[in-house]
Amino acid sequence: MATPVLDKAGPAPEPGFADSPYITVTFRLRRFNPEVSDQATWEDFQFEIDPKERVLDALHKIKWDLDGTLTFRRSCAHGICGSDAMRINGKNRLACKTLIKDISPEKPITVEPIKGMTVLKDLVVDMEPFFQAYRDVMPFLITKETNEPTRERLQSAEDRERFDDTTKCILCAACTSSCPVFWNDGQYFGPAAIVNAHRFIFDSRDEAGEQRLEILNDRDGVWRCRTTFNCTDACPRGIEVTKAIAEVKRALITRRF
Amino acid sequence: MSTTESTTSGIGPVEGASVYTVDNPAPLIEPPRKRTPKTPKATRGNFELYGWLFMRLSGVVLVVLVIGHLLIQLVLDGGVSKIGFAFVAGRWASPFWQVWDLLMLWLAMLHGCNGLRTVVNDYAERANTRLWLKGLLYTATVFTILLGSLVIFTFDPNIR
Repeated sequence: MATPVLDKAGPAPEPGFADSPYITVTFRLRRFNPEVSDQATWEDFQFEIDPKERVLDALHKIKWDLDGTLTFRRSCAHGICGSDAMRINGKNRLACKTLIKDISPEKPITVEPIKGMTVLKDLVVDMEPFFQAYRDVMPFLITKETNEPTRERLQSAEDRERFDDTTKCILCAACTSSCPVFWNDGQYFGPAAIVNAHRFIFDSRDEAGEQRLEILNDRDGVWRCRTTFNCTDACPRGIEVTKAIAEVKRALITRRF
Repeated sequence: MSTTESTTSGIGPVEGASVYTVDNPAPLIEPPRKRTPKTPKATRGNFELYGWLFMRLSGVVLVVLVIGHLLIQLVLDGGVSKIGFAFVAGRWASPFWQVWDLLMLWLAMLHGCNGLRTVVNDYAERANTRLWLKGLLYTATVFTILLGSLVIFTFDPNIR
């Protein structure tokens, strides 16, 4: 892997260090403030930063040192909470898991809010439609017995393995907001909701798989998936999203025939 | 209260002079995907499932039918130069080729129609656009299927 271009000619931020790790980067941010204008605009920020830092660190630098009005979501900053999914250089990623050196910092780095959802301000979008679809698939354990269980619900390692991949979802919406069908018609459940339905449909302890399949058999359910694999590419947790959707499709078909 | 105080507000530099202020905000943009009373109701039934399955199965059958059709019509036994009224009349004298062509007509038309239906659903944003495009699509499909079936069933080589 090629080392990033080091800006040796530029002024080193800390004199005394012969080989400064700092490079000059340009961040091109999509700014939107409904109190100022109903149009979103691009704004460039140029500064020096260590290329081994993450995009989130650069955003922090902008917010803390350059322009305090920049608005974005982040919480844990370590790729678990799923707050800072954004469109970086045209691809959905978590800002806290993307190193600057990996996204060609010699060119301006574009950062936009994720697509397909209403932008509230700068990089913050309204996640409500996303979570509405998530709630619609009933992402919780449902059993038919009405009495309180008297013993643990045991499960074999193989049964646990069946849905292991889809338990990794952190609900960052990177997949759903990379789906072209969702961009155009938000009534589509979207990959994330299907992934979380998959997690319970294939759980041997759960007894509402049938109900969830019926929900996803909807006109705007799994059949709207066009298998473009955008979701699998976008997932920061490496979930094989399109495969999970295909498994739900197969379960629906084998249930009918 | 000096005049400079009002200009140095908490809002940082934003490109372009604004007509909107905190007291006069820009019009609120409704979330386009909010669940409202107008949101389409959840559908029950297996139409989309059967549609999806039909696309796969008809696709496999069409590969055989169409490639066979192209081979016979354009490649084997003299190629395209042999095709004429007599050639078509000779083929449609056999029920086998009648069934072949009828199957190809129906499957290709329904496959294409369903494919375009999903394209319209995916790309047409307004409900009215969808309605008109799909109406046009279904009309054209029904017309072509009926006309083609009519010709295959009522073809009479003895003109005049």
